[in-house]
Amino acid sequence: MVHYGLFMALGLWIVAMSFASEYFLTWLNFLNVARQAAPIVIIAIGMTFVIATAGIDLSVGSLVAFTSCLAATWLADGTPLALVIPAILIVGTVAGIINGYFVTLALPAFVVTLAALVYLRGFAFVYSNGYAVPITNDLFLAIGRGQFLGVHIPIWIAAVVAIVGWFVVTKTRFGLYALAIGGREEAARLMGIKVERIKIAVYGATGFLAALGSIVISARLSNGSPNSGIMLELDVITATVLGGTSLFGGVARIGGTVAGVLFINFVRNGLNLMGVNPFWVQVVTGLILLLAVLLNTVVNRRVEEWARLGDTEREGQT
Amino acid sequence: MTVPFVEMHNISKRFGAVVALRRVNLILQNGEVLGLVGDNAAGKSTLMKILSGAYTPDAGEILVEGTTMKFENPISARTAGIEMIYQDYALVPQLTVTQNIFLGREHMRRRFGVATLDNRRMDSEAGTMFQMLGLRVSSVTSPVQELSGGQQQAVAIARATAFDAKLVIMDEPTASLGVPAIAKVRETIVRLKQNDVAVIMISHRLEDVFSVADRVIVMKHGQVVGMRDVSDTATDEIVHMIVAGTDPRQPAAPDDPEPS
Ligand SMILES: Nc1ncnc2c1ncn2[C@@H]1O[C@H](COP(=O)(O)OP(=O)(O)OP(=O)(O)O)[C@@H](O)[C@H]1O
Ligand SMILES: [Mg+2]
Repeated sequence: MVHYGLFMALGLWIVAMSFASEYFLTWLNFLNVARQAAPIVIIAIGMTFVIATAGIDLSVGSLVAFTSCLAATWLADGTPLALVIPAILIVGTVAGIINGYFVTLALPAFVVTLAALVYLRGFAFVYSNGYAVPITNDLFLAIGRGQFLGVHIPIWIAAVVAIVGWFVVTKTRFGLYALAIGGREEAARLMGIKVERIKIAVYGATGFLAALGSIVISARLSNGSPNSGIMLELDVITATVLGGTSLFGGVARIGGTVAGVLFINFVRNGLNLMGVNPFWVQVVTGLILLLAVLLNTVVNRRVEEWARLGDTEREGQT
Repeated sequence: MTVPFVEMHNISKRFGAVVALRRVNLILQNGEVLGLVGDNAAGKSTLMKILSGAYTPDAGEILVEGTTMKFENPISARTAGIEMIYQDYALVPQLTVTQNIFLGREHMRRRFGVATLDNRRMDSEAGTMFQMLGLRVSSVTSPVQELSGGQQQAVAIARATAFDAKLVIMDEPTASLGVPAIAKVRETIVRLKQNDVAVIMISHRLEDVFSVADRVIVMKHGQVVGMRDVSDTATDEIVHMIVAGTDPRQPAAPDDPEPS
């Protein structure tokens, strides 16, 4: 129910904004918003898995910065693209696996990934000396700017990632086990699920997707920068939580996550089109996060209690 | 003489400074219903978690049908036909009834060359399972957190009995149930016994034990106090054994030399 609330809010916002600005409801604007949203969607699909296991990953923004610096430098050194891309994805995956490994030692994911947030951005600065490195490789830039059938490549990538994510959650053992672990880890363990292995894989996949998102972002901005992806983790977490994935684990909503990302980006886009001071946009983003958590915890609990009550009443009648 | 289904020999287990079990022996025949009773912290749950593979013993030996077993995890015990219904049911609240029943042993089918969950088949099998068991749940696709306590237990029972178990261990199955639900649990135990499935039931309610069990084992402080055939004893004697921690039919055994 809360879940559909988000889709309704998104719909209402789109209708309201289409009255406020003629440009808002154009295909061009939609593509523009979707293209901006694409890397967030890519990373938020990973975050959906992490949060579903009752974890959190605060390090994705810093990982974007680090991998973007690596990619830009390697390309500038003349390393072939066919090597750079797999290498970047491997770096991201390894960074995620390291997070996952520490989480399986029963350290709080919040602290483990906060540490990674700090040291990964540190690496990014060390590696780049603090300067953004321009990217000139046309093929690489096409990942961020090219089009296929009139739709930007980042949107295609995000769509594929979202579909694969949905498939994994609903159709595979891996997805089911991630939910089981997030729902009640002890029960999952008693049913023979290899909890550690799944957790490490979930963080590893998120690292992989952060690296993929980083490639899309640096290809669009045509540089690798240690300042890239600042506060990105907050957008990603807001969208995921707004989409109905439970912060307490056990529930993952891929469709909700995609809608959550679009919602945040459409709100920003609408405010921009109306000429609202960009500093206010940040205030609004913070308020959306608060709203997301409120819906996720308080309202969800109410709805659940209500559902359970309804159930026992029905039982009493039969 | 037939080989017993389960033999546990000299099982010991400690948690840090706490000695939970001290050289415990237990023998269970095929299709036998055994009541396991004793005061709180006697070690009943620990002994059963060892048998179900959730804990590994510090010392001792487990034989199933005469073969020594090493249960590293619940999967290996399940493969040997031993299922356990945990005191808290060990269900994942957000997963559906079906998902909980099949958790860890899902039906799969190939799709696009990938092994995927056969959700439809599992849902339909779960539905039939509940009909056969005569258990009622509103729907196999609702999350178990939306079920009442008794319905959740039905799910746990279904999970433990649906996969050709030869022994079902129930840890205080009647602790939180109303009268009709308790009757249902007793029926389930009788039905299992008829199908030659052994049952070990931990319970503080002696009337439940006396109504379904063939034999009772009394534990205290991590040791077996004594054992009785239900036909050969009365509630008073069992209560005495639980409280005093001694077997009135045995001459006072010399105290255990090991310091406690
Ligand atoms: N995981 C554990 N960690 C530490 N100590 C434990 C653990 N499990 C059991 N114990 C200890 O072992 C002893 C036996 O516990 P157990 O749960 O087996 O008792 P029980 O007979 O099932 O009691 P109850 O009737 O209250 O359920 C207790 O002293 C308990 O505190
Ligand atoms: Mg117990």
